[in-house]
Amino acid sequence: MNILWLQSAGCGGCTMSLLCAESPGVLDLLRDAGLSFLWHPALSEQTGAEVRALLAGIEDGSQTLDILCVEGSILTGPKGTGRFQMLSGTGRSMLDWVRSLAPLAEQVVAVGTCATYGGMTSAGGNPAGAVGLQYDGSYPGGALPADFRARSGMPVINVAGCPTHPDWVTETLLLIAGGEMSHDALDALGRPLFYAEHLVHHACPKNEFYEYKASAEKPGQLGCMMEHMGCVGTQAVGDCNIRGWNGGSCCTRAGYACINCTAPEFEEPHHPFTETPKFAGIPVGLPSDMPKAWFMALASLSKAATPKRLAENAVADRIEVPPTLRTGRK
Amino acid sequence: MTERSLLVGPFNRVEGDLEIRLEIKDGRVAQAYANSPMFRGFEIMMLGKSPMDALTITPRICGICSISQSAAASAALGSMAGLPPATQGALAAAIMHGVENLCDHLTHFNLFFCADFARAAYAGRPWHDRAVTRFTAMEGSAVRACVEARAQILHIVGLLGGKWPHTLAIQPGGVTRAPTARDRIRMTSTLAAFRRYLEGTLFGAPIEDFAGLTRAADLTGWTLGDAGLFMEIAEDLGLADMGHGSGRFLSFGAYPLPEGRAFAAGTWDNGTLGAVDTAEIREDLSHAWMLGEARHPTEGRTDPDEDMQAPAYSWCKAPRLAGRTVETGALARQVIDGHPVARDLAAGGANVRARVAGRLLEIARTQILLEGWVAALQTDAPFITDVALPDAGSGEGLVEAARGALGHWIKVEKGRIAGYQIVAPTTWNFSPRDTAGTPGPVEAALEGAPVGPGEETPLSVQHIVRSFDPCMVCTVH
Repeated sequence: MNILWLQSAGCGGCTMSLLCAESPGVLDLLRDAGLSFLWHPALSEQTGAEVRALLAGIEDGSQTLDILCVEGSILTGPKGTGRFQMLSGTGRSMLDWVRSLAPLAEQVVAVGTCATYGGMTSAGGNPAGAVGLQYDGSYPGGALPADFRARSGMPVINVAGCPTHPDWVTETLLLIAGGEMSHDALDALGRPLFYAEHLVHHACPKNEFYEYKASAEKPGQLGCMMEHMGCVGTQAVGDCNIRGWNGGSCCTRAGYACINCTAPEFEEPHHPFTETPKFAGIPVGLPSDMPKAWFMALASLSKAATPKRLAENAVADRIEVPPTLRTGRK
Repeated sequence: MTERSLLVGPFNRVEGDLEIRLEIKDGRVAQAYANSPMFRGFEIMMLGKSPMDALTITPRICGICSISQSAAASAALGSMAGLPPATQGALAAAIMHGVENLCDHLTHFNLFFCADFARAAYAGRPWHDRAVTRFTAMEGSAVRACVEARAQILHIVGLLGGKWPHTLAIQPGGVTRAPTARDRIRMTSTLAAFRRYLEGTLFGAPIEDFAGLTRAADLTGWTLGDAGLFMEIAEDLGLADMGHGSGRFLSFGAYPLPEGRAFAAGTWDNGTLGAVDTAEIREDLSHAWMLGEARHPTEGRTDPDEDMQAPAYSWCKAPRLAGRTVETGALARQVIDGHPVARDLAAGGANVRARVAGRLLEIARTQILLEGWVAALQTDAPFITDVALPDAGSGEGLVEAARGALGHWIKVEKGRIAGYQIVAPTTWNFSPRDTAGTPGPVEAALEGAPVGPGEETPLSVQHIVRSFDPCMVCTVH
């Protein structure tokens, strides 16, 4: 299958992240699955007139388009014209191009939270009128209408993440190539379940601190970051801690908060990203699917039961107290 | 006399969106106009937010210079607080930043720049078969080796910063994760593997041999590795006579450490070294789709002209230093830092070959720096200190991204961001004309470029534009 990749209004970081795929690398992964780029703005030889000819061929039907990947939000401003991003050399806005090309593609993949829901480009009053391909924040209907379907009958596949993990993108493309991408493979926000059915909290190395509400109070401390540091890993979808990034790490492993970058509207949490909003001293956000009364009861109980090892390590920058060794039975 | 106009775009293998309009007379570019055709408005988004949110938001300006943006935001907040980061935290941040810059240079050389030498238009040149083998887009052996090596060295950013791009590990007080002795040996091993890659493919010799060259002739006569292949191609295509710069360079100095910056800050004006005075910066708006007057970034505003009125032709503002254009990037850094080869290469001003060579020199020097920094990590020292931000104040964060001088200027009132301005490397290099009509650096460098009769996307123009390694997403932000 062929892939046309467009970079709309984003940072290009999802492509940069994609290049971090390993074992094998992205070029081998895609080739081995029978996937090839018709054009990619960072990787292909063709530029300028060569690309315009290719795009014209897709529009007039002489070139089949299998997969359209769009990385970056779609800008609707100023005044609904889309002219905040003109596809260079074409005199047409990216908004216009995406609306023209998406119905011609067998599958449409939104790569990254900008392309899926608007993402960081729509932060702070959204000065450029950024929307996602098929969502505007958490609301269906973006640059493409809510009822948009690609030639396959599928809606836009939303590979959300800021950036996306390289494997989320390659595995989505490989599932498409293998004929295994269906409605059932997506969650209610269009995200592939293979990573969206997990929480960032799963396999977080701070889980033992979480169990006892042994919390970090400042950046650099080892404790759980939910209570004070703004971490929403217990609510954020993603297999970051299971899969690992760039050799096996991820945000919480590096000592900073999960900011729920796979979610619509993560860019506007309505509080500073690295501070937990509280009501009467109690964090406002609860772990997904946790009844509030039970959470409160368990939290107060577990906090009272916090072992000394965890209490001390939680506010240290390195393990100060190792686990107690069991003495032998003999 | 023949005259025609060309609109070059989509201009790929640059980061982000770029459109170049060319006026051609007698087979040469008479005038060039660089349009940055995408506006997102990060400086507007920042207003009213908590100052610390800059650390989350600004890295997302750019997926290839993400750590540079992070480091600049962190430096701006730190300067507002008046406190330096923990010594070891600064070192860990420099390691992450150095890895990003190293990766960016390699990506540029192997994926963005050299792919053009594999074009069919160059068939028949004595080096073409080798260029096809090594540099063909997505297929060349150098391209594939680069992608693999790059993914592996980014494990260092994984270890220290969790992920790349868009880490939140770099903070005004240091970094959020204190590496252990185990982390240090892993990073040492990763760097050893990367040295093996560089010496085996790019340089074909010990890195020190390349970094230690002293004359331009030594470097242009280098025959080993892909660097040697590039030098051969550059000689044959006359890349040293293409894309001339003004001879004026700017560097804010790379990698702020307690002992000073690893690559010096300064200005260079055709042989004369000077000090950077950021008070002399003005962003001219005469040819940008921006409303308002030319201002220093501390007083700057970002107010897009939604009607996109002429004579403006780009969303990019036009920064000038003491009223003049300057070029920034790896060559500028190496010239200002005093590397003899860089100074020799740039004696007549920058050109296509010198810009690429500047990056190659810096790849070698950065690998050596990184090895020293990792060895110097003290895994029992603090990596972060408390930095309390004042409720009101202003700060300036100056760093060097791979592509050159990057500045953040923040103003805070009542604990909220009241002003945030960013001047990125490619804002300097790809700025449009100013009030005096003076073209920006790439526009000036394109004047005189040869254009063949049938060329729609002239190769000379592609080489010149890509020699700057533009990052267009940073440019307008």
